[in-house]
Amino acid sequence: MSETPHDGRTDGAGHTPAPMSLLAELTHRCPLSCPYCSNPVELERKAQELGTEDWLRVLEEAAEMGVLQVHFSGGEPMARPDLYTLIAHAHKLNLYTNLITSGVLITPQTMKRLDESGLDHVQLSFQDTDGPEADRLSDFPQVQPRKLEAARLITQAGIPLTLNFVLQKANISRIPAMFTLARQLDAQRVEMAHTQYYGWALKNRAALLPSRTQLEEASRYVAAEEAKGGLAIDYVTPDYYAARPKPCMGGWGQRFLNISPSGHVLPCHAAETIPSLTFDNVRDHALSHIWYHSRAFTLFRGTDWMPEPCASCARKEIDWGGCRCQALALLGDATQTDPVCSLSPHRHLIDDAIAEAEQTQDQTFIYRRMGHRPA
Amino acid sequence: MSSHTPPPVLNEDDCPGFNRGYRLQHDRVREQWVIQAPERALLADPIAVAILQELDGKTRIGTVIDRLAERYEAPREQIATDVLTLLSDLTEKRILRS
Repeated sequence: MSETPHDGRTDGAGHTPAPMSLLAELTHRCPLSCPYCSNPVELERKAQELGTEDWLRVLEEAAEMGVLQVHFSGGEPMARPDLYTLIAHAHKLNLYTNLITSGVLITPQTMKRLDESGLDHVQLSFQDTDGPEADRLSDFPQVQPRKLEAARLITQAGIPLTLNFVLQKANISRIPAMFTLARQLDAQRVEMAHTQYYGWALKNRAALLPSRTQLEEASRYVAAEEAKGGLAIDYVTPDYYAARPKPCMGGWGQRFLNISPSGHVLPCHAAETIPSLTFDNVRDHALSHIWYHSRAFTLFRGTDWMPEPCASCARKEIDWGGCRCQALALLGDATQTDPVCSLSPHRHLIDDAIAEAEQTQDQTFIYRRMGHRPA
Repeated sequence: MSSHTPPPVLNEDDCPGFNRGYRLQHDRVREQWVIQAPERALLADPIAVAILQELDGKTRIGTVIDRLAERYEAPREQIATDVLTLLSDLTEKRILRS
Protein backbone atom coordinates (compact mmCIF):
# COMPACT_ATOMS: atom_id res chain seq x y z
CA MET A 1 0.00 0.00 0.00
CA SER A 2 1.10 3.54 -0.61
CA GLU A 3 0.19 6.71 1.22
CA THR A 4 -0.77 8.71 -1.83
CA PRO A 5 -3.89 7.68 -3.64
CA HIS A 6 -3.97 8.67 -7.28
CA ASP A 7 -5.87 11.79 -8.14
CA GLY A 8 -8.52 10.94 -10.63
CA ARG A 9 -11.09 13.14 -12.23
CA THR A 10 -10.15 16.05 -14.39
CA ASP A 11 -13.58 17.63 -14.94
CA GLY A 12 -12.63 18.72 -18.43
CA ALA A 13 -10.43 21.46 -16.96
CA GLY A 14 -7.08 19.98 -18.01
CA HIS A 15 -5.37 17.79 -15.45
CA THR A 16 -6.81 19.27 -12.33
CA PRO A 17 -7.18 16.57 -9.70
CA ALA A 18 -10.18 16.36 -7.41
CA PRO A 19 -9.57 17.55 -3.84
CA MET A 20 -8.79 14.88 -1.20
CA SER A 21 -9.19 16.85 1.95
CA LEU A 22 -11.29 19.73 3.33
CA LEU A 23 -10.30 21.86 6.29
CA ALA A 24 -13.56 23.30 7.62
CA GLU A 25 -12.72 26.26 9.84
CA LEU A 26 -16.09 26.57 11.54
CA THR A 27 -15.22 29.60 13.64
CA HIS A 28 -12.30 31.81 14.60
CA ARG A 29 -13.62 32.06 18.16
CA CYS A 30 -11.37 30.31 20.69
CA PRO A 31 -10.92 30.51 24.45
CA LEU A 32 -7.15 30.26 23.98
CA SER A 33 -4.81 32.98 22.67
CA CYS A 34 -1.73 31.10 21.44
CA PRO A 35 0.84 33.45 19.90
CA TYR A 36 1.48 31.02 17.01
CA CYS A 37 -2.16 30.50 16.03
CA SER A 38 -2.55 29.58 12.36
CA ASN A 39 -5.65 31.73 11.97
CA PRO A 40 -5.24 35.05 10.14
CA VAL A 41 -4.33 38.18 12.06
CA GLU A 42 -7.68 39.68 11.10
CA LEU A 43 -10.07 37.20 12.68
CA GLU A 44 -13.63 36.76 11.45
CA ARG A 45 -16.42 37.42 13.93
CA LYS A 46 -19.39 35.31 14.93
CA ALA A 47 -21.85 37.44 12.91
CA GLN A 48 -19.91 36.64 9.71
CA GLU A 49 -19.97 32.86 10.20
CA LEU A 50 -21.75 30.49 7.83
CA GLY A 51 -24.98 28.99 9.12
CA THR A 52 -25.68 25.30 9.64
CA GLU A 53 -27.55 24.90 6.34
CA ASP A 54 -24.64 26.34 4.36
CA TRP A 55 -22.19 23.92 5.98
CA LEU A 56 -24.48 20.93 5.40
CA ARG A 57 -24.68 21.79 1.72
CA VAL A 58 -20.91 22.33 1.48
CA LEU A 59 -20.28 18.89 3.00
CA GLU A 60 -22.53 17.32 0.38
CA GLU A 61 -20.74 19.14 -2.43
CA ALA A 62 -17.34 18.14 -1.03
CA ALA A 63 -18.27 14.45 -0.87
CA GLU A 64 -19.65 14.63 -4.39
CA MET A 65 -16.40 16.12 -5.69
CA GLY A 66 -14.23 13.37 -4.20
CA VAL A 67 -13.16 14.77 -0.83
CA LEU A 68 -12.39 11.81 1.46
CA GLN A 69 -11.62 13.51 4.76
CA VAL A 70 -13.07 16.53 6.55
CA HIS A 71 -11.11 18.21 9.31
CA PHE A 72 -13.37 20.26 11.57
CA SER A 73 -11.21 23.02 12.92
CA GLY A 74 -11.27 26.63 14.05
CA GLY A 75 -10.57 28.58 16.23
CA GLU A 76 -12.19 26.12 18.57
CA PRO A 77 -14.76 24.15 16.53
CA MET A 78 -16.52 23.06 19.72
CA ALA A 79 -17.62 26.68 20.17
CA ARG A 80 -20.20 25.93 17.43
CA PRO A 81 -23.31 24.30 18.92
CA ASP A 82 -24.11 22.69 15.54
CA LEU A 83 -20.79 20.82 15.42
CA TYR A 84 -22.50 17.51 16.24
CA THR A 85 -25.03 17.98 13.42
CA LEU A 86 -22.22 18.67 10.96
CA ILE A 87 -20.16 15.65 12.05
CA ALA A 88 -23.20 13.37 11.82
CA HIS A 89 -23.98 14.67 8.34
CA ALA A 90 -20.40 14.19 7.15
CA HIS A 91 -20.41 10.69 8.64
CA LYS A 92 -23.60 9.86 6.77
CA LEU A 93 -21.92 11.04 3.55
CA ASN A 94 -19.08 8.55 4.25
CA LEU A 95 -16.59 11.37 4.79
CA TYR A 96 -13.87 10.64 7.34
CA THR A 97 -14.44 13.05 10.22
CA ASN A 98 -11.56 14.51 12.18
CA LEU A 99 -11.94 17.02 15.02
CA ILE A 100 -9.01 19.39 15.58
CA THR A 101 -9.50 20.82 19.05
CA SER A 102 -7.84 22.40 22.07
CA GLY A 103 -9.94 20.06 24.20
CA VAL A 104 -10.96 22.69 26.73
CA LEU A 105 -14.67 22.33 25.91
CA ILE A 106 -14.65 18.52 26.10
CA THR A 107 -16.74 17.29 29.03
CA PRO A 108 -18.41 13.91 29.63
CA GLN A 109 -21.58 15.41 28.09
CA THR A 110 -19.99 16.88 24.94
CA MET A 111 -17.84 13.77 24.51
CA LYS A 112 -20.96 11.62 24.49
CA ARG A 113 -22.43 13.77 21.72
CA LEU A 114 -19.23 13.61 19.66
CA ASP A 115 -19.18 9.84 20.07
CA GLU A 116 -22.83 9.47 19.04
CA SER A 117 -22.33 11.70 15.98
CA GLY A 118 -19.91 9.10 14.59
CA LEU A 119 -16.66 11.01 14.93
CA ASP A 120 -13.71 9.05 13.50
CA HIS A 121 -10.69 10.74 15.08
CA VAL A 122 -9.56 13.58 17.34
CA GLN A 123 -6.43 15.67 17.06
CA LEU A 124 -5.82 17.28 20.44
CA SER A 125 -3.38 20.18 20.61
CA PHE A 126 -0.87 20.70 23.41
CA GLN A 127 1.36 23.66 24.16
CA ASP A 128 3.71 21.75 26.45
CA THR A 129 3.91 19.01 29.09
CA ASP A 130 4.61 21.61 31.76
CA GLY A 131 1.39 23.07 33.23
CA PRO A 132 2.53 26.64 33.93
CA GLU A 133 4.21 26.82 30.51
CA ALA A 134 1.00 25.62 28.81
CA ASP A 135 -0.91 28.34 30.68
CA ARG A 136 1.61 30.96 29.61
CA LEU A 137 1.54 29.96 25.92
CA SER A 138 -2.25 29.65 25.67
CA ASP A 139 -2.94 32.57 28.03
CA PHE A 140 -5.60 30.37 29.64
CA PRO A 141 -5.42 29.43 33.33
CA GLN A 142 -5.13 25.75 34.25
CA VAL A 143 -5.33 24.62 30.65
CA GLN A 144 -3.30 21.42 31.06
CA PRO A 145 -5.64 19.54 33.46
CA ARG A 146 -8.51 20.16 31.03
CA LYS A 147 -6.53 18.76 28.11
CA LEU A 148 -5.49 15.70 30.08
CA GLU A 149 -9.11 15.07 31.06
CA ALA A 150 -10.16 15.53 27.40
CA ALA A 151 -7.59 12.95 26.29
CA ARG A 152 -8.87 10.51 28.89
CA LEU A 153 -12.47 10.94 27.73
CA ILE A 154 -11.53 10.53 24.06
CA THR A 155 -9.64 7.27 24.54
CA GLN A 156 -12.31 6.03 26.96
CA ALA A 157 -14.84 6.49 24.15
CA GLY A 158 -12.57 4.37 21.93
CA ILE A 159 -11.90 7.16 19.45
CA PRO A 160 -8.33 7.21 18.08
CA LEU A 161 -6.33 10.14 19.35
CA THR A 162 -3.48 12.17 17.88
CA LEU A 163 -1.61 14.57 20.12
CA ASN A 164 -0.26 17.66 18.40
CA PHE A 165 2.59 19.46 20.15
CA VAL A 166 3.57 22.81 18.70
CA LEU A 167 7.35 23.10 19.02
CA GLN A 168 9.11 26.36 19.77
CA LYS A 169 12.34 27.35 21.46
CA ALA A 170 11.04 27.06 25.05
CA ASN A 171 9.71 23.49 24.86
CA ILE A 172 12.20 21.58 22.65
CA SER A 173 13.96 20.15 25.70
CA ARG A 174 10.70 18.52 26.83
CA ILE A 175 10.13 16.49 23.65
CA PRO A 176 11.00 13.22 25.48
CA ALA A 177 8.35 14.08 28.10
CA MET A 178 5.87 14.76 25.28
CA PHE A 179 6.41 11.25 23.90
CA THR A 180 6.04 9.79 27.40
CA LEU A 181 2.75 11.64 27.81
CA ALA A 182 1.52 10.42 24.40
CA ARG A 183 2.16 6.81 25.42
CA GLN A 184 0.58 7.32 28.86
CA LEU A 185 -2.55 8.72 27.22
CA ASP A 186 -2.60 5.81 24.72
CA ALA A 187 -2.45 8.15 21.71
CA GLN A 188 -2.01 6.38 18.39
CA ARG A 189 -0.16 9.20 16.77
CA VAL A 190 1.80 12.20 17.81
CA GLU A 191 2.58 15.20 15.66
CA MET A 192 5.70 17.10 16.62
CA ALA A 193 4.83 20.22 14.69
CA HIS A 194 7.42 22.94 14.47
CA THR A 195 5.77 26.34 14.48
CA GLN A 196 5.20 27.66 10.98
CA TYR A 197 5.88 31.34 10.64
CA TYR A 198 2.82 33.01 9.18
CA GLY A 199 0.37 35.49 10.67
CA TRP A 200 0.56 35.46 14.45
CA ALA A 201 3.66 33.27 14.57
CA LEU A 202 5.51 35.57 12.17
CA LYS A 203 4.82 38.47 14.54
CA ASN A 204 6.36 36.39 17.34
CA ARG A 205 9.09 34.71 15.30
CA ALA A 206 12.11 35.98 17.22
CA ALA A 207 10.55 34.72 20.46
CA LEU A 208 9.61 31.28 19.05
CA LEU A 209 12.12 30.11 16.44
CA PRO A 210 14.55 27.51 17.85
CA SER A 211 18.27 27.58 17.11
CA ARG A 212 20.00 25.09 14.83
CA THR A 213 21.44 23.36 17.90
CA GLN A 214 17.93 23.00 19.32
CA LEU A 215 16.66 21.72 16.00
CA GLU A 216 19.34 18.99 15.99
CA GLU A 217 18.38 18.17 19.59
CA ALA A 218 14.73 17.79 18.52
CA SER A 219 15.62 15.52 15.60
CA ARG A 220 17.69 13.29 17.93
CA TYR A 221 14.77 12.92 20.36
CA VAL A 222 12.42 11.98 17.52
CA ALA A 223 14.84 9.41 16.06
CA ALA A 224 15.31 7.82 19.51
CA GLU A 225 11.54 7.54 19.99
CA GLU A 226 10.95 6.13 16.50
CA ALA A 227 13.45 3.36 17.30
CA LYS A 228 11.22 2.21 20.17
CA GLY A 229 8.23 1.57 17.84
CA GLY A 230 4.55 1.37 18.75
CA LEU A 231 3.76 5.06 18.26
CA ALA A 232 3.21 6.74 14.89
CA ILE A 233 5.22 9.96 14.82
CA ASP A 234 4.75 12.79 12.36
CA TYR A 235 7.79 15.01 12.30
CA VAL A 236 9.00 17.25 9.51
CA THR A 237 12.19 19.29 9.53
CA PRO A 238 11.03 22.91 9.61
CA ASP A 239 11.52 24.70 6.32
CA TYR A 240 13.73 27.42 7.85
CA TYR A 241 16.35 24.71 8.42
CA ALA A 242 15.87 22.86 5.13
CA ALA A 243 17.70 23.45 1.86
CA ARG A 244 14.54 23.09 -0.22
CA PRO A 245 11.06 24.45 0.45
CA LYS A 246 8.16 22.36 1.67
CA PRO A 247 5.69 21.30 -1.04
CA CYS A 248 3.05 23.42 0.57
CA MET A 249 -0.36 21.69 0.64
CA GLY A 250 1.06 19.13 -1.82
CA GLY A 251 0.87 21.84 -4.46
CA TRP A 252 -1.49 24.81 -4.74
CA GLY A 253 -5.01 23.60 -5.49
CA GLN A 254 -3.89 19.99 -5.98
CA ARG A 255 -5.26 18.11 -2.97
CA PHE A 256 -6.50 20.45 -0.32
CA LEU A 257 -9.08 23.13 0.23
CA ASN A 258 -9.89 25.27 3.21
CA ILE A 259 -13.17 27.04 3.96
CA SER A 260 -13.00 30.01 6.32
CA PRO A 261 -15.71 30.65 8.94
CA SER A 262 -17.44 33.15 6.64
CA GLY A 263 -17.37 30.76 3.66
CA HIS A 264 -14.36 31.88 1.65
CA VAL A 265 -12.70 28.98 -0.15
CA LEU A 266 -8.91 29.05 0.12
CA PRO A 267 -6.08 26.90 -1.27
CA CYS A 268 -4.44 27.07 2.19
CA HIS A 269 -5.32 28.60 5.53
CA ALA A 270 -2.92 31.54 5.07
CA ALA A 271 -3.90 32.40 1.49
CA GLU A 272 -5.99 35.39 2.51
CA THR A 273 -2.77 37.20 3.35
CA ILE A 274 -2.10 37.55 -0.40
CA PRO A 275 -3.61 40.96 -1.22
CA SER A 276 -3.81 40.45 -4.99
CA LEU A 277 -6.17 37.49 -4.57
CA THR A 278 -9.89 37.56 -4.01
CA PHE A 279 -11.67 34.46 -2.77
CA ASP A 280 -15.03 33.18 -3.89
CA ASN A 281 -17.58 32.30 -1.26
CA VAL A 282 -19.67 29.14 -0.93
CA ARG A 283 -22.68 31.42 -0.43
CA ASP A 284 -22.31 32.54 -4.07
CA HIS A 285 -20.79 29.63 -6.00
CA ALA A 286 -20.73 25.85 -6.07
CA LEU A 287 -17.65 24.39 -4.41
CA SER A 288 -16.62 22.54 -7.60
CA HIS A 289 -16.82 25.73 -9.65
CA ILE A 290 -14.52 27.46 -7.15
CA TRP A 291 -12.06 24.53 -7.09
CA TYR A 292 -11.79 24.07 -10.86
CA HIS A 293 -12.32 27.58 -12.19
CA SER A 294 -11.81 30.40 -9.67
CA ARG A 295 -8.77 32.59 -10.16
CA ALA A 296 -7.59 32.02 -6.58
CA PHE A 297 -7.16 28.31 -7.35
CA THR A 298 -5.96 28.47 -10.96
CA LEU A 299 -3.40 31.25 -10.48
CA PHE A 300 -0.67 29.13 -8.82
CA ARG A 301 -1.91 25.68 -9.78
CA GLY A 302 0.66 23.61 -11.70
CA THR A 303 3.96 25.10 -12.89
CA ASP A 304 3.13 27.71 -15.55
CA TRP A 305 3.25 30.61 -13.09
CA MET A 306 6.78 29.82 -11.89
CA PRO A 307 9.67 32.26 -12.09
CA GLU A 308 13.33 31.22 -12.09
CA PRO A 309 14.98 29.44 -10.35
CA CYS A 310 11.81 27.27 -10.08
CA ALA A 311 10.90 27.19 -13.78
CA SER A 312 14.02 25.24 -14.82
CA CYS A 313 14.36 23.28 -11.56
CA ALA A 314 14.22 19.47 -11.64
CA ARG A 315 12.24 19.57 -8.40
CA LYS A 316 9.49 21.87 -9.63
CA GLU A 317 6.82 19.17 -9.42
CA ILE A 318 8.17 18.00 -6.05
CA ASP A 319 8.40 21.33 -4.22
CA TRP A 320 5.81 23.20 -6.33
CA GLY A 321 7.80 26.38 -5.76
CA GLY A 322 7.31 26.14 -2.01
CA CYS A 323 4.85 28.34 -0.21
CA ARG A 324 3.17 31.30 -1.93
CA CYS A 325 2.14 32.82 1.39
CA GLN A 326 5.72 32.71 2.66
CA ALA A 327 6.98 34.43 -0.50
CA LEU A 328 4.34 37.10 0.04
CA ALA A 329 4.97 37.50 3.76
CA LEU A 330 8.74 37.75 3.48
CA LEU A 331 9.24 39.26 0.00
CA GLY A 332 5.98 41.12 -0.54
CA ASP A 333 5.46 39.14 -3.77
CA ALA A 334 3.57 35.85 -3.87
CA THR A 335 4.91 34.97 -7.33
CA GLN A 336 8.55 34.64 -6.20
CA THR A 337 10.37 31.42 -5.27
CA ASP A 338 9.86 30.61 -1.60
CA PRO A 339 12.82 32.34 0.11
CA VAL A 340 13.61 29.31 2.29
CA CYS A 341 15.01 27.62 -0.84
CA SER A 342 18.81 27.81 -0.92
CA LEU A 343 18.49 28.67 -4.63
CA SER A 344 16.44 31.78 -3.84
CA PRO A 345 18.39 35.05 -4.07
CA HIS A 346 16.61 36.04 -0.84
CA ARG A 347 17.60 33.08 1.37
CA HIS A 348 19.64 35.48 3.53
CA LEU A 349 16.34 36.79 4.98
CA ILE A 350 15.80 33.39 6.58
CA ASP A 351 19.35 33.18 7.89
CA ASP A 352 18.98 36.68 9.34
CA ALA A 353 15.76 35.63 11.10
CA ILE A 354 17.49 32.59 12.58
CA ALA A 355 20.33 34.81 13.84
CA GLU A 356 17.88 37.33 15.31
CA ALA A 357 15.94 34.59 17.13
CA GLU A 358 19.16 33.17 18.55
CA GLN A 359 19.92 36.56 20.11
CA THR A 360 16.41 36.93 21.53
CA GLN A 361 16.37 35.45 25.00
CA ASP A 362 13.10 36.51 26.62
CA GLN A 363 9.72 35.41 25.28
CA THR A 364 7.45 38.43 25.11
CA PHE A 365 4.43 37.53 23.00
CA ILE A 366 1.83 39.30 20.95
CA TYR A 367 -1.11 37.06 21.80
CA ARG A 368 -3.83 36.15 19.33
CA ARG A 369 -6.79 38.50 19.87
CA MET A 370 -9.97 39.45 18.06
CA GLY A 371 -9.92 43.01 16.77
CA HIS A 372 -6.15 43.13 16.36
CA ARG A 373 -5.24 45.28 13.40
CA PRO A 374 -2.03 44.70 11.49
CA ALA A 375 0.58 47.40 12.09
CA MET B 1 8.72 2.66 13.72
CA SER B 2 11.30 0.02 14.47
CA SER B 3 13.37 -1.23 11.57
CA HIS B 4 13.05 -4.95 12.30
CA THR B 5 10.05 -6.84 10.88
CA PRO B 6 7.79 -8.00 13.68
CA PRO B 7 6.69 -11.66 13.68
CA PRO B 8 3.05 -12.31 12.77
CA VAL B 9 0.89 -11.53 15.78
CA LEU B 10 -2.24 -13.29 14.52
CA ASN B 11 -3.18 -16.91 13.89
CA GLU B 12 -6.03 -18.59 12.04
CA ASP B 13 -8.30 -18.60 15.09
CA ASP B 14 -8.31 -14.81 15.43
CA CYS B 15 -11.32 -12.84 14.21
CA PRO B 16 -9.98 -9.38 13.31
CA GLY B 17 -12.01 -6.32 12.41
CA PHE B 18 -11.31 -2.65 11.85
CA ASN B 19 -10.62 -0.48 14.86
CA ARG B 20 -12.69 2.65 15.22
CA GLY B 21 -11.26 5.39 13.06
CA TYR B 22 -10.23 2.99 10.29
CA ARG B 23 -12.27 1.55 7.45
CA LEU B 24 -12.10 0.23 3.92
CA GLN B 25 -13.89 2.58 1.57
CA HIS B 26 -14.49 2.73 -2.16
CA ASP B 27 -13.47 6.06 -3.62
CA ARG B 28 -15.89 6.27 -6.51
CA VAL B 29 -14.52 9.53 -7.91
CA ARG B 30 -11.02 8.07 -8.39
CA GLU B 31 -12.25 4.50 -8.87
CA GLN B 32 -10.00 2.99 -6.23
CA TRP B 33 -10.18 1.51 -2.73
CA VAL B 34 -8.65 3.25 0.26
CA ILE B 35 -8.21 2.54 3.94
CA GLN B 36 -9.43 5.63 5.73
CA ALA B 37 -7.16 6.36 8.69
CA PRO B 38 -6.37 9.29 10.99
CA GLU B 39 -5.36 12.22 8.78
CA ARG B 40 -4.51 10.08 5.76
CA ALA B 41 -6.00 7.65 3.28
CA LEU B 42 -3.94 4.58 2.38
CA LEU B 43 -4.33 3.15 -1.09
CA ALA B 44 -5.38 -0.50 -0.88
CA ASP B 45 -4.18 -2.89 -3.59
CA PRO B 46 -6.63 -5.48 -5.03
CA ILE B 47 -5.26 -8.33 -2.87
CA ALA B 48 -5.63 -6.27 0.30
CA VAL B 49 -9.16 -5.28 -0.74
CA ALA B 50 -10.16 -8.91 -1.30
CA ILE B 51 -8.89 -9.86 2.17
CA LEU B 52 -10.20 -6.84 4.06
CA GLN B 53 -13.70 -7.13 2.58
CA GLU B 54 -14.00 -10.50 4.34
CA LEU B 55 -13.44 -9.05 7.82
CA ASP B 56 -16.33 -8.41 10.17
CA GLY B 57 -14.77 -8.98 13.60
CA LYS B 58 -16.53 -12.36 13.92
CA THR B 59 -15.16 -14.51 11.10
CA ARG B 60 -12.06 -16.64 11.80
CA ILE B 61 -9.01 -15.90 9.67
CA GLY B 62 -8.95 -19.62 8.81
CA THR B 63 -12.40 -19.26 7.24
CA VAL B 64 -11.29 -16.19 5.29
CA ILE B 65 -8.31 -18.16 3.92
CA ASP B 66 -10.56 -21.06 2.90
CA ARG B 67 -12.91 -18.74 1.04
CA LEU B 68 -10.14 -16.91 -0.81
CA ALA B 69 -8.32 -20.15 -1.71
CA GLU B 70 -11.55 -21.42 -3.23
CA ARG B 71 -12.45 -18.20 -4.99
CA TYR B 72 -9.03 -17.68 -6.56
CA GLU B 73 -8.27 -21.39 -6.99
CA ALA B 74 -4.88 -20.84 -5.36
CA PRO B 75 -2.85 -23.05 -2.98
CA ARG B 76 -4.17 -22.58 0.55
CA GLU B 77 -0.67 -22.31 2.00
CA GLN B 78 0.19 -19.34 -0.20
CA ILE B 79 -3.09 -17.55 0.56
CA ALA B 80 -2.56 -18.18 4.27
CA THR B 81 0.85 -16.52 4.16
CA ASP B 82 -0.51 -13.45 2.34
CA VAL B 83 -3.49 -13.11 4.66
CA LEU B 84 -1.61 -13.57 7.94
CA THR B 85 1.19 -11.24 6.85
CA LEU B 86 -1.20 -8.44 5.86
CA LEU B 87 -3.53 -8.78 8.84
CA SER B 88 -0.64 -9.02 11.32
CA ASP B 89 0.93 -5.91 9.84
CA LEU B 90 -2.33 -3.95 10.05
CA THR B 91 -2.91 -5.17 13.61
CA GLU B 92 0.58 -4.05 14.57
CA LYS B 93 -0.34 -0.62 13.19
CA ARG B 94 -3.57 -0.64 15.23
CA ILE B 95 -5.65 -0.43 12.05
CA LEU B 96 -7.21 -3.79 12.97
CA ARG B 97 -8.06 -5.37 16.32
CA SER B 98 -8.05 -9.10 16.82
